[in-house]
Amino acid sequence: MIDPGLYNYWIVVVLMMAGFFIVISHGNLVKKIVGLNIFQTSVFILYISFGKVTDATAPILDEAYSEYSNPLPHVLILTAIVVGVATSALGLALIVRIREAYGTVEEDEIIAQDPDS
Amino acid sequence: MIAEHLPALQVVIPLLAAPLCVLLRRPGPAWALATAASWAAFGVAVLLLIAVLEQGVLSYHLGGWEPPWGIEYRVDLANAFVLLIVAAISAVVLPFARRSVAAEIPEEKAYLFYSMYLLCLTGLLGIAITGDAFNVFVFLEISSLSSYVLISLGKDRRALTAAFQYLIMGTIGATFYLIGVGLLYAMTGTLNMADLAQRLPAVADTRTVHAAFAFLVIGIGVKAAAFPLHLWLPNAYCYAPSVVTAFLAATATKVSIYVLLRILFTVFGPVFSFEAIEFDLVMIPLALAAMLLASTTAIFQNNVKRLLAYSSVAQIGYMVLGISLGSVTGVTAGIVHLFNHAMIKGGLFLAMGCVFVMLGSVQLRDMAGLGRRMPWTMAAFVIGGLSLIGVPATTGFISKWVLVQATLERGQWFFAVLILASSLLALVYVWRVVEVAYFRPAPEGAAEVSEAPLAMLIPTWLLILANVYFGVDTSLTLGVARRAAETLLGGAA
Amino acid sequence: MSPETAVWLAPAIPLAGAPLIALARRSPNLREAVTLITAAVLFLVVLQLVPEVMAGGRPAVTLLEMLPGLTLTFEVEPLGMVFAVVASFLWIVTSIYSIGYMRGHHEKNQTRFYVCFALALSSAMGVAFAGNMLTLFIFYEALTLTTYPLVTHSGTKEAVAAGRSYLGILLATSIGLQLLAIVWTWTLTGTLDFTTGGILQGHASPAMAALLYALFLFGIGKAAIMPLHRWLPAAMVAPTPVSALLHAVAVVKAGVFTVLKVSVYLFGIDFLAEAGASQWLMYVAAATILIASLVALKQDNLKRRLAYSTISQLSYIVLGATLANGLGAIGGGMHIAMHAFGKITLFFCAGAIDVALHKKQVSEMRGIGRAMPVTMTAFLIGSLSIIGLPPFGGLWSKWYLGLGTLEAGEYALLAVLMISSLLNVAYLLPIPIRAFFSPAEKGNEASGLKEAPLPCVLAFSVTALGCLFLFFFPEPLFRVLSLMVPG
Repeated sequence: MIDPGLYNYWIVVVLMMAGFFIVISHGNLVKKIVGLNIFQTSVFILYISFGKVTDATAPILDEAYSEYSNPLPHVLILTAIVVGVATSALGLALIVRIREAYGTVEEDEIIAQDPDS
Repeated sequence: MIAEHLPALQVVIPLLAAPLCVLLRRPGPAWALATAASWAAFGVAVLLLIAVLEQGVLSYHLGGWEPPWGIEYRVDLANAFVLLIVAAISAVVLPFARRSVAAEIPEEKAYLFYSMYLLCLTGLLGIAITGDAFNVFVFLEISSLSSYVLISLGKDRRALTAAFQYLIMGTIGATFYLIGVGLLYAMTGTLNMADLAQRLPAVADTRTVHAAFAFLVIGIGVKAAAFPLHLWLPNAYCYAPSVVTAFLAATATKVSIYVLLRILFTVFGPVFSFEAIEFDLVMIPLALAAMLLASTTAIFQNNVKRLLAYSSVAQIGYMVLGISLGSVTGVTAGIVHLFNHAMIKGGLFLAMGCVFVMLGSVQLRDMAGLGRRMPWTMAAFVIGGLSLIGVPATTGFISKWVLVQATLERGQWFFAVLILASSLLALVYVWRVVEVAYFRPAPEGAAEVSEAPLAMLIPTWLLILANVYFGVDTSLTLGVARRAAETLLGGAA
Repeated sequence: MSPETAVWLAPAIPLAGAPLIALARRSPNLREAVTLITAAVLFLVVLQLVPEVMAGGRPAVTLLEMLPGLTLTFEVEPLGMVFAVVASFLWIVTSIYSIGYMRGHHEKNQTRFYVCFALALSSAMGVAFAGNMLTLFIFYEALTLTTYPLVTHSGTKEAVAAGRSYLGILLATSIGLQLLAIVWTWTLTGTLDFTTGGILQGHASPAMAALLYALFLFGIGKAAIMPLHRWLPAAMVAPTPVSALLHAVAVVKAGVFTVLKVSVYLFGIDFLAEAGASQWLMYVAAATILIASLVALKQDNLKRRLAYSTISQLSYIVLGATLANGLGAIGGGMHIAMHAFGKITLFFCAGAIDVALHKKQVSEMRGIGRAMPVTMTAFLIGSLSIIGLPPFGGLWSKWYLGLGTLEAGEYALLAVLMISSLLNVAYLLPIPIRAFFSPAEKGNEASGLKEAPLPCVLAFSVTALGCLFLFFFPEPLFRVLSLMVPG
């Protein structure tokens, strides 16, 4: 019997493994970036799950509530999201350049053109 | 008071200079600004080291927020030393960059190069100075993202794939680190390293903390190119512009090793890392494998930059080995090699930068007869190579001495034998280059090659002579390294 | 000049001479003059130290602290004094010889040659005066590296291959074994200073001492103990002055000198004898003496034959050290000087024959005594000294080595020394005898004298006379060397 409070973490694990698997197994560079995104997203969910306090509300000051969720992980993950977006953007930009240079975005075809890359 | 804000200035100066470079748009002024900023950062690093030597640990509260809520910059001997290494290497490399960048990067992109370089410097300095585990991640990504860009600027199209490969592996590593920090936060509710160190023992015996340890070590291991997580490194160093290779090889992996030290000794503490987890049981064999396998691989390389890159993987093995020994002498060996290897590889890659600018290639076969055609550059390479081998009166010898001493102190003479065997492999790969450069006649009809300009030779020789100087007078390097090791092993000081 | 100043000046003078030689590259005469002056000044400075050391003094100077507790120190003791005097005196002679040889041979890159030569001498002085094992090791490695360009001087494929085995064996043994032994000693005792009576006593068990001693002995590749001797014949591709001074005197003697230093001042001969640490290595040295002599018999290339002879003779000195008694150590120390004068004469002659007649093989040297009488006479003198016959210096060192074997009760080793002397006769004497008495080969009958250039003749005359001189005046040598053994 799984504690319902742990569902988030199961999702995190599934997403993390799925993303990681895509990065490793796919030869298409764009798909690698997609996989990397899924992988990072799982970590975002992980952090946000930490911040949840049972029976507490969103961390917006209001007289009616006294218990709030921990806002710090949210803030942290905002930073991580920015980093993730930057990484994806840079990765995609590199893919564009790679496509210009090699005419393909498939890893095996690139290796065929430049054996030691 | 400026002195009070030194820790912040260390990071802020290059950070502010980076966008200014973009505004300047012309390579000359951008270079001048970058150099000025880098020298200023070097000055700050020197002042910081002096301050730490005099006053002990410096703690700076960013924005006036008290730790553990606010971000704390915490400078003790270990990171003051790392800051000095990074800032010093950058201060030497930038004057070299002018000619090298002009030769390797299109003029209209040069200002962006300097901007990225400064960001990378900011990130590396930030990693070293901060006392906040999450802040490390942020700076790690600043330096990583900018170094992906820097690497992709290489002339060869393979630089693009190398940068991409590095991006994938680097991001996975950084994300692993992020997971580790998250898990620690979940268990302790704090991100400040000193605070973590105090709260961790209470929850140390949980699976979450063990998992966090694994994630952190593997994540940083990727960035540090610790064997077998080094696969991104050879291509990245090989195809990046010469300046970038010299700078990253001398600093980026070193800073990651420093983070590893922090995690092992400050955050988790030696008791947890070595007695509960037995970190050394895994890392020592890997470090030894790195030393031997990477050195052997280096022997078979025909591109000298790639050869040196594999050698770097082996040298990182030395540092990891020293750290994994867990004794004061071992950690001293790790830290002192951090410094020494920065000078060795910095000097060697700069020499290769000279060759690349003048010759247009760093393939071994093209370097035939170079000993006559570029005598000063190749002499620098030979001295740097001797230091890499560990010939006495060079820094490499000092590192090796302390490391061998550390293994013998623990009675592990077998490791000592392997360390020395790996030096002999270094002899083989260095001498392959020497023989080609000095004894193989230049091919018929080879283009005339002249000696590199002084602007490039002086920085190269500065690092090479530093190798000799610090190989004889070790009071600064070894003295600071030993005290830093004592601080680290003394727990969260 | 105070003795302390002279101590650090000795390595500094050739080091300072090197850039001056390089600066004078435009004018060969000036360049050689600088070399000669540097060599003469060095010799005078070294001589300054002799009275002090003979009186039992050990002038020392510490330059700086390299590692915590480990300093870069020079200290002159009797053994180092002998080595330094021999090497610096023979440098003058070799420099004179080089002028004749290098010009007569029209060698390229002569400036590089003289510069490296000066640097090598500086390293040799550092080895001689090293006050602790770390300092010695530094200069030991410097000597390997500064002689590498001399070995590969000609730049031919053969020279490069020779350089490879030279550097490979010498660096591999020193970094792989010797450095390990040094650091091990350091962790055991906390000091590396050369101390009369040794430092290891009480810090190492007999088994450990035996292993450590083996690491040292095989780590000192320059002593050319079999099977680590291959670099020496390979190094014979170098120009002859290099083979003469460096590979018969400075480099190889630095090796056996280090062996003696380690035995006498790190282990201490009493501890060596007590722990039996050197027992089996004695037999390794004895085997090297015999095998190398046998191999020398089969060599047709004169320089290679001499090289194998050197390997054999070096093991005499190693044997002296491993005997672990005072007489053996003194005999070993004396042999450093005796063999130096004998062997350098032989190499000078070999080079002179090459310059004058362009002959390198022993089989081509029949009847050349008529063309080169002075050369072949000197060769004869050198040979007799190496064999150990009166009235030449080689007798004395063999005498004390023999006494040492008797004191150690190793009669078999005395027999080895005897047999080896016979083998020396067999591979050395036929050369001058055939040169004088065999009829010249066809095409060799060229009548009249054809000696090598005058500087060459001058050089080997001096060293041949030196062999004679040492027979009549070995006493100071014996006296100074007795100072190194306690009691």
